[in-house]
Amino acid sequence: MLQQIELEMKNLNFYYSGNIHSLKNFNLSVCKNKVTALIGPSGCGKTTLLRCFNRMHDLYPKNRYEGELIFQNTNILAPDTDLINLRSRIGMIFQKPTPFPMSIFDNIAYGLKLKGIRKRMDLSEMVEKALQQAALWDEVKDKLNTSAYNLSGGQQQRLVIARALAVKPEVLLFDEPTSALDPISTGKIEELVIQLKKEITIVIVTHNMQQAARISDWTGFLMLGELIEYDKTEKIFTAPAQKLTEDYVTGRFG
Amino acid sequence: MAIFDDELMQLKEKIVKMGSMVEEAIRNSIRALVERDDSPAKSVIEKDHIINTLDVEIDEECIRLIALRQTKARDLRFITTAMKITTDLERMGDLAVSIAGMAIELNQVPLLKPYVNIPKMAEITQEMVRNSLDALVKGCTILPYEVIKRDDEVDELTEINFKELLNLMLKDRDIIQIALKRTYVAKALERIADHATNIAEMVIYLCEGKIIRHTAPYPKGH
Repeated sequence: MLQQIELEMKNLNFYYSGNIHSLKNFNLSVCKNKVTALIGPSGCGKTTLLRCFNRMHDLYPKNRYEGELIFQNTNILAPDTDLINLRSRIGMIFQKPTPFPMSIFDNIAYGLKLKGIRKRMDLSEMVEKALQQAALWDEVKDKLNTSAYNLSGGQQQRLVIARALAVKPEVLLFDEPTSALDPISTGKIEELVIQLKKEITIVIVTHNMQQAARISDWTGFLMLGELIEYDKTEKIFTAPAQKLTEDYVTGRFG
Repeated sequence: MAIFDDELMQLKEKIVKMGSMVEEAIRNSIRALVERDDSPAKSVIEKDHIINTLDVEIDEECIRLIALRQTKARDLRFITTAMKITTDLERMGDLAVSIAGMAIELNQVPLLKPYVNIPKMAEITQEMVRNSLDALVKGCTILPYEVIKRDDEVDELTEINFKELLNLMLKDRDIIQIALKRTYVAKALERIADHATNIAEMVIYLCEGKIIRHTAPYPKGH
């Protein structure tokens, strides 16, 4: 079955501080409405790769990209890309939950207000929808005005996902979203990711190979800044083409 | 995970589908023989590739689930059981094809004597197949133990059938070829019953977590 491409990297290279060559010649297509997992040993470039997708590296001036990253027919590495707009279309969830020091409601409404939505009625409706999408509504509907800090780690992470969802992104990037969570909360986030892919495209970096196996459709294995293998998750975990991938997924590394 | 439950359910449905196709193959191969009509036998031979395809598909799905879902406990037992069961089902399908081939050959020659033992054996065998798969679907009941017990009836009928045909062969050498083919059919049914027994034993493993193969007599109370 032909799959629609959401994001496409063409000969992408990335340099930290101008000269540290961290990603070497990446050619990779992320399929629309699929979960793509990036796995590999520490320091292999997973997070560096993830952060290219919404230009998070631009926060440091000496970082440099080469090549192309096509998102809906546009090269988003072009200098004139509107980064604020890009990051609302391609959102990011980090390893540790990052709620803002405000109420649950305001956390979600924050991005919406930035987009110019002011009417309380509209905001309420959109906040509820985002919380429902993030499978958090039932747990927080009676305490929307309390501080987000009162929520558990797992709830905070779902709150952050709800906040990202509120501005209707097309892609969500997850950077080890469950590594700070207990197994129950991890399970909830994983279920959520599987649900969310019906509406958005997801790229997830994970240290947990089992998690990649459980929730992703496509998996990329990276090592030392190179993409060693990229294929359907089933193939990567049952019959990978590269020996390096086989060694990594079977735990025979080093 | 809900998605994993769905996948397990789909796997179970596929096994049941394969099982019902095998049951149909046994029924048609025997019908061809008893009614002396080649067409059900030909359909068994033609449809065998579907059973083979299901065997491969189920195996592939099991491998995928083991690799991607890190199956544990009952789920792991279910998947390993599924892999073994399909091997048994696939062989039953092949045996039904053998019976079908034999039926076509026997239909070309005069009827030696009416079929009595073979239809009885076929009935018991089909029931064993059906019940062993029912046990898989319904879970822990007395059913798999019943299946195992019935294997003795099939063995006994195989023996009776052989002795009857042997007597005929001793009296008339000209019918040896035909009589031998009839013993092959009975032997094929007897082996199908053995495969159904294997399935029942695997279902007991699935339900109770204990491997009872090669441990007869079975535990007290069954």
